[in-house]
Amino acid sequence: MFRFALAALAALMIGPGAALAQQGPLHIEIDEGVIEPLPYALPSFVAETGGAGEMAAQISQVINADLSGTGLFRQIPENAYLQRFSSFDTPVSYADWQAINAQALIVGGVSTSGGKVVVKFRLFDVYSNQQLGDGQQLAASPQSWRRLAHKVADVIYSRITGESGYFDSRVVYVSESGPKDKRLKRLAIMDYDGANVNYLTDSSTIVLAPRFSPTGDRILYTTFETGFPRIKLMNVGNVSGQLLPEVPGTMTFSPRFSPDGNSIVYSLEQNGNTDLYKMSASGGSPARLTNSPAIETAPSFSPDGSRIVFESDRSGGPQLYIMPAGGGEPTRISYGDGRYGTPVWSPRGDMIAFTKQAGGRFFIGVMRTDGSEERLLTASFLDEGPTWSPNGRVIMFTRESPGAGGGAQLFTIDISGRNLKKVGNAGGASDPAWSPLLP
Amino acid sequence: MNFAPKAVILLAVLGLAACNNPDKYGSGNGVVDPGGAYGSGTGDGSVSQGSISDPNSPAYFNAAVGDMVHFVVDQSTLTDEARNILAGQAKWLNAHGKYSAIIEGHADEQGTREYNLALGARRASAVQEFLISQGVAGSRLRTVSYGKERPLAVCSSEDCYAKNRRAVTVISLGAGS
Repeated sequence: MFRFALAALAALMIGPGAALAQQGPLHIEIDEGVIEPLPYALPSFVAETGGAGEMAAQISQVINADLSGTGLFRQIPENAYLQRFSSFDTPVSYADWQAINAQALIVGGVSTSGGKVVVKFRLFDVYSNQQLGDGQQLAASPQSWRRLAHKVADVIYSRITGESGYFDSRVVYVSESGPKDKRLKRLAIMDYDGANVNYLTDSSTIVLAPRFSPTGDRILYTTFETGFPRIKLMNVGNVSGQLLPEVPGTMTFSPRFSPDGNSIVYSLEQNGNTDLYKMSASGGSPARLTNSPAIETAPSFSPDGSRIVFESDRSGGPQLYIMPAGGGEPTRISYGDGRYGTPVWSPRGDMIAFTKQAGGRFFIGVMRTDGSEERLLTASFLDEGPTWSPNGRVIMFTRESPGAGGGAQLFTIDISGRNLKKVGNAGGASDPAWSPLLP
Repeated sequence: MNFAPKAVILLAVLGLAACNNPDKYGSGNGVVDPGGAYGSGTGDGSVSQGSISDPNSPAYFNAAVGDMVHFVVDQSTLTDEARNILAGQAKWLNAHGKYSAIIEGHADEQGTREYNLALGARRASAVQEFLISQGVAGSRLRTVSYGKERPLAVCSSEDCYAKNRRAVTVISLGAGS
């Protein structure tokens, strides 16, 4: 069932004792660009049953890593805290937290019993002397303890920023090993923070550019398992896959789901010419969306499913174009210097992330859907292939270092251009695709 | 919550391992490892290379005729040098009807992954069209692109990029279909 079948993760509101849910002044407006992270306190969650101490400490650590990792929050070190919580219900002494300049306080408790981990937490607005939102209780099996922590962090992030979080999510990517001219590639899936890596294929053949279905239960990718690039559709739950049908003598690659999950847009190459096609995810004959002697590839749907942004070299070098989802006359949107590729529509629908090449370097950037307000967020020898966090605030991408010993790693950057971070997995990795927020 | 144990995942993917992969990535020196870079491709596609001194051997084709042509940045146009090599390839293929060929197109690392896959296909197709124009039956030729996935040279400067922008004609047994 893997980790997507998450029905068992139950959330409850915690009743009495909790103040009324009320929006206090504790708030970060992300759009304003947060330079100074909001200081918060999170005393290690109270172990409410015997033996829950280690779990409580680990969950606290993951919540802190999530929150601090955004660059929007800063944890005040625990040794500065004046008040200790012997119980989850210990009354908050606001003055003690104001004294250390904590703006937010998170108090939690962890219990383990009957094969379940239960986490309770409350968020307090220190300077308003009140609780922010209801307390919540979440339960899951012990293997899913990291998800519990991510869920708590998502709620806290959401209450303070007013936006949905992105911590309880996963990334499918290509794990890389071996020398540059004999690179071994295999499909892998991990938590957004690099934890819980699972391999979905072995390394016997080249695999490229996986993408999640809108519900995260299926993955599309390109495989060379027949000796030629072909598209494969994998069910994440049982890791079973099937090659999509194709016209003999053609190559197919660059597959993407439509936002409703019912159709697949992809590149088909015949006699050296690559165009975009669309087929139903359940089979049926493909429809041709573009018809030009140029290369058309790297499609990405708008979130409402009405339009597709893609890469084409019909004007000479590769540039970005938008067309209706059923095909039709495309409009060019990229006009800056250099070459533009791998456009990806943001989950909010207002921006397009892309790879740009200019002056012998690669950049990850974003622009409005009409091509205006282009901003480059990163620059290096080779940055490529952006993917959006579920809330559209962070972009993950591949960064490859040069030379014979060069290798690929995954990085994230805020769309503000701040907080560049390597995603914490040890080995080589490329072609990330971020899942939706898990249910 | 139900977790798929790792063993199940491994079992599921082992089934994919047995495939007939024609890739050779371009030897250029007459010594083609029929096992390919990963020990795959030992199925029907493998062919005995023979001796370089035997003009009827694939080894001779690779080394003496030349199995590889190179391209200018972003281009799939054949240079004069490429046309000379391909004319030799066509002559050899026309004289050795028991063989067919897979033409591999490649790109350097200065491009995005999926675009380079399409660019490699354009290059392979340019070679295929030229060979057909020289009398080789199209049914004996197939193309594949590796994009930037299989560089021959691994440095990150133009001398390596120039070697990697290539199309390689890989000889296989069979007169095609």
